[in-house]
Parts: sequence; C-alpha cells; structure tokens
Amino acid sequence: MQRIGVFVCWCGSNIAGTVDVKQVAKALESEPGVVFSTDYQYMCSKSGQDMIKDAVRDHRLTGIVVCSCSPRMHEATFRKTASAAGLNPYMVEIANVREQCSWVHKDIIIGTQKAIILGRAAVAKVNLNAPLTPGESPVTKRALVIGGGIAGIQTALDIADAGFEVDIVEKKPTIGGKMAQLDKTFPTLDCAACILTPKMVDAAQHEKIRIFSYSEVSSVGGFVGNFTVSIRKKARYVNEDICTGCGACVDKCPMKKVPNEFNLGMDNRRAIYIPFAQAVPKVATIDPNACNMLKNGKCGVCAKVCTAGAIDYTQKDEYIEEKYGAIVVATGFDPISLDKFDEYAYNNSKDVITSLEFERLTNAAGPTQGKLLRPSDGKHPEKIVFVQCVGSRCSSCSEKGKEYCSKICCMYTAKHAMLTRDKYPDTEVYVFYIDVRTPGKSFDEFYRRAVEDYGVKYIKGSVGKIVPEGEKLVVQGSDLLNNRQVVIDADLVVLAAAIEPDKSARPLATMLTASMDTNDFFTEAHPKLRPVESPTAGVFLSGACQGPKDIPETVSQASAAAAKVIGLLSKDKLVGNPCVASSDELMCNGCSSCERVCPYGAITYEDKEFRMPDRTVRVRRVAKVNPAVCQGCGCCTVACPSGAMDLRGFKNDQIMAEVDAICK
Amino acid sequence: MNSNKLCLEIIRMSGTDPKKCMACGKCSATCPAYKEMEYHPHQFVSMIKNGEIAPLMESESIYRCLTCFACVERCPRGVEPAKLIEATRLAVVRQQGKNRVTPDSIPALLDEDIPQQALVSAFRKYTK
Ligand SMILES: Cc1cc2nc3c(=O)[nH]c(=O)nc-3n(C[C@H](O)[C@H](O)[C@H](O)COP(=O)(O)OP(=O)(O)OC[C@H]3O[C@@H](n4cnc5c(N)ncnc54)[C@H](O)[C@@H]3O)c2cc1C
Ligand code: SF4
Ligand code: SF4
Ligand code: SF4
Ligand code: SF4
Repeated sequence: MQRIGVFVCWCGSNIAGTVDVKQVAKALESEPGVVFSTDYQYMCSKSGQDMIKDAVRDHRLTGIVVCSCSPRMHEATFRKTASAAGLNPYMVEIANVREQCSWVHKDIIIGTQKAIILGRAAVAKVNLNAPLTPGESPVTKRALVIGGGIAGIQTALDIADAGFEVDIVEKKPTIGGKMAQLDKTFPTLDCAACILTPKMVDAAQHEKIRIFSYSEVSSVGGFVGNFTVSIRKKARYVNEDICTGCGACVDKCPMKKVPNEFNLGMDNRRAIYIPFAQAVPKVATIDPNACNMLKNGKCGVCAKVCTAGAIDYTQKDEYIEEKYGAIVVATGFDPISLDKFDEYAYNNSKDVITSLEFERLTNAAGPTQGKLLRPSDGKHPEKIVFVQCVGSRCSSCSEKGKEYCSKICCMYTAKHAMLTRDKYPDTEVYVFYIDVRTPGKSFDEFYRRAVEDYGVKYIKGSVGKIVPEGEKLVVQGSDLLNNRQVVIDADLVVLAAAIEPDKSARPLATMLTASMDTNDFFTEAHPKLRPVESPTAGVFLSGACQGPKDIPETVSQASAAAAKVIGLLSKDKLVGNPCVASSDELMCNGCSSCERVCPYGAITYEDKEFRMPDRTVRVRRVAKVNPAVCQGCGCCTVACPSGAMDLRGFKNDQIMAEVDAICK
Repeated sequence: MNSNKLCLEIIRMSGTDPKKCMACGKCSATCPAYKEMEYHPHQFVSMIKNGEIAPLMESESIYRCLTCFACVERCPRGVEPAKLIEATRLAVVRQQGKNRVTPDSIPALLDEDIPQQALVSAFRKYTK
C-alpha cells in the first residue's frame, strides 16, 4: 500500500478564489492510501517545495499528489522536489485544479466539488504508480539549420563559433533571404548589403559551417540528439567545386528573357544565372525550365565558354544523408499574393507595386540601378501613394487576407516614404494608414521624422479603389480625420502587402512533427517562456518562420535559438522519457494496428520463438517499441485490439482507476 | 423604443456585428455615394455601435445609399455596413406612415428615362 501525501495549492487567489482549498485537502485526507494532506499559498515556491520535502521525510511518503496548475507548468518542478526528497520522480501526480477547474468555474461550490474529484482521481492513479527510470541516448554533436536568411545565417554562425559543426540547407541558389533584396534598413538606415554580405561570407568561410545551397530537406527521422536527415541537392548543372563565379557563361547565354525572381520579375536574367553579385556561394545555376540545352539539346554555349569546365548538363539531383543532434527551422516569410485584391489594380497596372518591389526599385543593384522610375514608362513618379495594411488585420472569415498585423510594414513604409522625400524632395508622398504601429527602440522617433522632417503626408484612412486612367492611377480613399473622401491622381502606388510563412513550411513541419498555428507560423513551446523552441524536442525556431519580425528581432531570436542548440549539443547524453509504450509479447498477435497509428514510427515487428505448453516451439510476429523514438502519445495502446500495448506511467489499469474514482 | 434598444434591434435585423469594425474607413473610401451622404458608411457602423440612431434615421443618407454593397465587399473585417444602413432604413419605413414611396406617387414619377425596374426596386426598398 502506498503512503500518499496530498498538497493543495492556492496559487494566490487563482485557485483559492473559486475552490475551497481547505475543504479539498480535508476531503482527500480520507482517500485510500492518503496519510497526509495540506494546503499552501504557493506550492511551487521554495517554502512550498520544502514543505513537500519535510512531509516526505516525516510521514515516510511513497507517493505525492499536488493539486495545482497544469502539469505542463510545474510537473517537472514537483518531480525534481520529489527526487530531492529521495522519491522516484514518477511517483508524483498533478491534479490540474487551475486551468481545468478554478479558471473555468465561477461557483465555489461547484469548483470545490470538481477539485475534490480531480484530486481523488490523481490519488487513485498514484496508488498504482511504480517507480520508473528513464533511459539515456547519445547526442550527435552537429546542428542543421533549414533556411539561409539572416535568421539561419546568424544561428549557424553562433553555433559554429561555439565549436559545433553546422549545416545550412537553403532552397535558393544563394543564402541571404529577403534581407539581400532590401535597400536600406530601418531604424538606422544602414545599407542591407553592407551589413549582410560580410555575414554571408563569414558563414561561407567558417570551418565549422557547410552550406547546401539549392537544396531541400527531403526526409527527417529519429529524435532529439539523433536525427537522420536526407538532403536533396538539386541539380544546378554546374559543378560547384570548380565554378569560379566568373560569369562568362551568363554573358554569353542566348536565353535573355527569363523573369528575374531576385528583382521580382521587374527585369530579366539568363537561363544560366548568378542571383546577385555578392551571392554565396558565388556559383552559376542553370534554370532547367529556360535552358534550351536541357530542354531540347540545342545550345551548349555556356559549356563552350566556361574555361573552368564547370558546366555539366548531365548532373542529377543528389541525396545526402546526415546525422544531427538539433534542427533549427529558419524558413522565413514571403509577401502574400495580391491576386484577390482587385480593388488595388495590382494585376492591371505595372505602376502598382509591392513594397518589396519598391526595395528593388530603389536598390543600386536593382533593375533601375537605384533610380526611382515607374515600371511602366521609366518616368520619375511625382506623386506616390503608399497603402498600409494590405491584406493584414482582416477578419477571421476573410478569404483574401490574414488576421494578424504583419508588424514590419508600418516601419518600412515610413522608411520608403522618408527615403523618397530625401532623395527626391519634389515628390509628393502620401501614406494611407489605419494605425501607425511603431513600438520598438527608436521606431516611433523614426516615423515622426518622416512626418516632421521629411514632410510625408500621412492620411488616416484606407484606400477603397485604384483605377488606372491614362498615365495616372486614380486613388480613392477616405480621410477620416477630416471626414472626407479624397481622390489622388498618383504616378506610383506602393502596397504594403501582408507577409505569410514560406509555402514550404507546412510540409517541412509535417516531416519534423513540429506544430504550427492556423496561419502556418511555427508554434513555440511556450509563447513567453520558451519562445525559440518548438514543442518537438530538438527542433528550434529562428526568425520570421515563427511570426512576423524585423531584422533586430530576427537576429535576437536567431542567437537565442543558437544558445539553446549549444546547450543541447554540449550534453554527452540525453535523459529520455520513461513513459513510453511497450507490448506484452504473450498477448500481441502481430496485427500491425499499432504500427499504422504510431505518428513517430517507433514500432517495428520481430519474429520470436515461443515455447508452447505442449513443448512445441512456435514462431510468432510481435511488436517491439523503440523507447528512444516513442514519444508516449499512447495512440498504439488504444489501437491494439488484443490489449497487448500499454504505456508506462499511464497504464490501462491506472487510467481505469482514475475513471472509476471520478465516477464514484 | 429607446435608442439603445433600437440599435440592438437594427443590429439583429442586419445580422452584422459592428464591434468587429476596426475603423479603417475602407467602406467610406469605396462608397460611390459618399458625396451624397451626410453620414458615411463607417459612421453608420460607429454610431449604431454607440447607440446613436436618431440622427441616422432622420438623415437622407439612408435613401442615398445605392445598396451597391461595395462596402460589404471591401470591408476587411466582414462588418457589412450596407446591411446596417438597410436595416436603419427598414426601421424608419416600418414606423407607420413613413413609407417614402406610395403607390399613388408612382404615376407622377414615370417618365421615359427611368427604367421601370428602378421604380419597382425603389418601391420595394422604401415601402413597408
Ligand atoms: C519590403 C520589406 C522591407 C523590409 N525592411 C526592413 C528594414 O528596413 N529593417 C528591418 O529590420 N527589417 C525589414 N524587413 C524585414 C526583414 O526582411 C525580415 O525581418 C528578415 O528578412 C527575416 O529574416 P528570416 O531569415 O527570418 O527570413 P527570410 O529573409 O525570408 O529568409 C528565409 C530563407 O529561408 C529559405 N527557405 C525557405 N523555406 C525553405 C526550405 N523549406 N528549405 C530551405 N530553405 C528555405 C528562403 O529561401 C530564405 O532564403 C523588411 C521586409 C520587407 C518585406
Ligand atoms: S560556370 Fe564557368 S563560366 Fe559560368 S560562372 Fe562558373 S566558372 Fe564562370
Ligand atoms: S505593421 Fe502597420 S501596416 Fe503592417 S499590418 Fe500592422 S498596422 Fe498594418
Ligand atoms: S471597412 Fe469595415 S472595418 Fe473598416 S471602417 Fe468600414 S466597417 Fe469598419
Ligand atoms: S452600399 Fe451604400 S454605403 Fe455601401 S458603398 Fe454602396 S452606396 Fe456606399
């Protein structure tokens, strides 16, 4: 028989406000096995924990029930307390009387009744608990970073500087991400290339960093400390090791009319291309959809001009398998498609552009060499209208836009407006805004400068429609402060399109079994206290793939993720979770039901010899769980038709005892 | 009926939720009848939310709205201002004697240029 101690927490007034904690402690005192029961203001505090330790000693407790907040909050805390008091940590059960009781009930009588029932269930379970010992697994001391934007680069550099090997997998031919496309960056207006390209070079030259550009992750197996990842290196038809990046092939390639994605289709590139001058790696790539040689065998010019002999039209995709201890997701964001927003005429006029296109139009390395010219006729625009919140902050039922605020657009719009007025003071610049959201160090000051020092005209209101008329764009908007409708005949309209996670993030999350929110941003393990970890052990989050972020925030999060990875890789061994499934070989009939439902691929089968009562030997197929891979989700225990599968720490009889205690 | 109660009734009739409005003004930015209206679509939303119905019911704006539903189509928050305007108009029309168009007045309105369809629809919109 167990000797159980019950500890009821008030959580200040969080629990005690709607649950009579004294009555709960009193009621649980008479439950079978309970030898001690008490209550206290904050059980998780040092004095609360000391109280538990003292009780274990004084009352020779063998099991503990804490009636408190969710086990997700403090189960680990109380398990440590139990360990310190000499108890097996798995002899602790938490009855969640906060999230599942006091917070959802208003009536103290009902709340108290329910708390007693939850406590009773926990006591019934502890009566059947057995001490458990977790296994250990080794740690592969190498990290994988998926995505080579500023987030991925910073994370990789920090991990590598700590002495661990890092691989970056980037799907585009070069690392750099969106920041490589930007012109100047708020709030200090330093040029993006000047601060980014040195970091790209550092990453390329770091002896601990390998960059797999033009590559994608094709499968992920294993678990924290021991991931096995398959990387698909897409054929670029150029031998990376030999190519010097001289660009001779690009100059001679006759396919000149391929839309240049780096400049968002505002100019053209060749079929063989290097995305931009500072690309890392600076290696040419052949676009198989545009190259004549690859499509129909007619051309081969680049191979003729390449003195290094780097061109290889027969190159195939290559698969590399590598082991990692930790994986960092840094897949970033993209502006949303504006196809559904007919009112802005984005698809009808070349002079309605997105803010990212504006970055390229003002970038010295962009399609106009940094001169702000209208895409339609190359004239200098005299009147520019910026529209904020395009597709952001829509209602949840909207089929066009996103519900969240994209966070970065107020600031970059102020930047665009200010820089335009700075360089072309005779340009009239209007910004339509709903709210100007500029929290952040030196951010509001920045926006005020745009208004006060640069004379940007901010209009509180939205744009209802934009109609191209001759050379002009007729912008009809509301000016709410002056209670009027305004019409502006603009030369250029810039739309601050909402941002969304990269489209490849969802399939990647499935491979990683990492969770996402409804917008496909990766979810963090805890929104406040564990913001750079995914709930999946060993998977970390860096940059805009977790939510809209500017560069300062991206870099902070990138370094934070690196610190977490370094912490993990510094360990030689990881302590596993002992609450894993195991099957009773005598009852298992090898039906495969459990294997089909296991989301982690932890179950395999083996043929085993069994000695029968009549002394014959029979070979039977039975399930075997890999405890290092099993996450203890329990799907298999429910699926098993013969009741052979059971979960340690959550055995069927323990669960039934809880149910019986609740229904008593 | 007091003003607050009437507003709640109008909200119920319209099936909209003015609390969802974020005051962006896109409805009024879109509205082709803006200049004809004393109160603009976003003001209908905001005033009805605040229980100020009397000025709206007295205003000609409820007859100036074209029911083109441009504001409904464009509102990023799914508020559907035109439905509130329509409901306000209905509230006026439903009060005895407030029919804006009566059968007797129709012959006088008939002329070559007005499509009959417009009269039929005006009759439907502005009459109990
Ligand atoms: C118009 C505009 C102007 C801006 N101006 C500023 C500014 O002035 N100041 C500022 O602080 N911030 C600015 N920002 C924000 C800034 O761009 C972001 O904060 C930053 O780029 C986020 O970095 P990231 O690495 O998380 O994402 P990204 O830059 O998007 O990088 C993600 C990388 O991951 C790669 N990738 C994606 N999916 C996969 C996959 N499945 N496998 C492999 N690789 C993958 C992508 O190709 C990309 O290289 C601006 C943004 C925009 C749109
Ligand atoms: S493929 Fe050859 S020609 Fe082209 S950039 Fe590389 S080295 Fe130069
Ligand atoms: S950051 Fe500003 S422009 Fe962007 S969605 Fe939020 S409020 Fe709108
Ligand atoms: S468009 Fe919608 S959210 Fe914006 S002011 Fe009008 S009703 Fe409100
Ligand atoms: S429905 Fe009425 S209020 Fe709405 S846009 Fe049309 S005319 Fe304006």
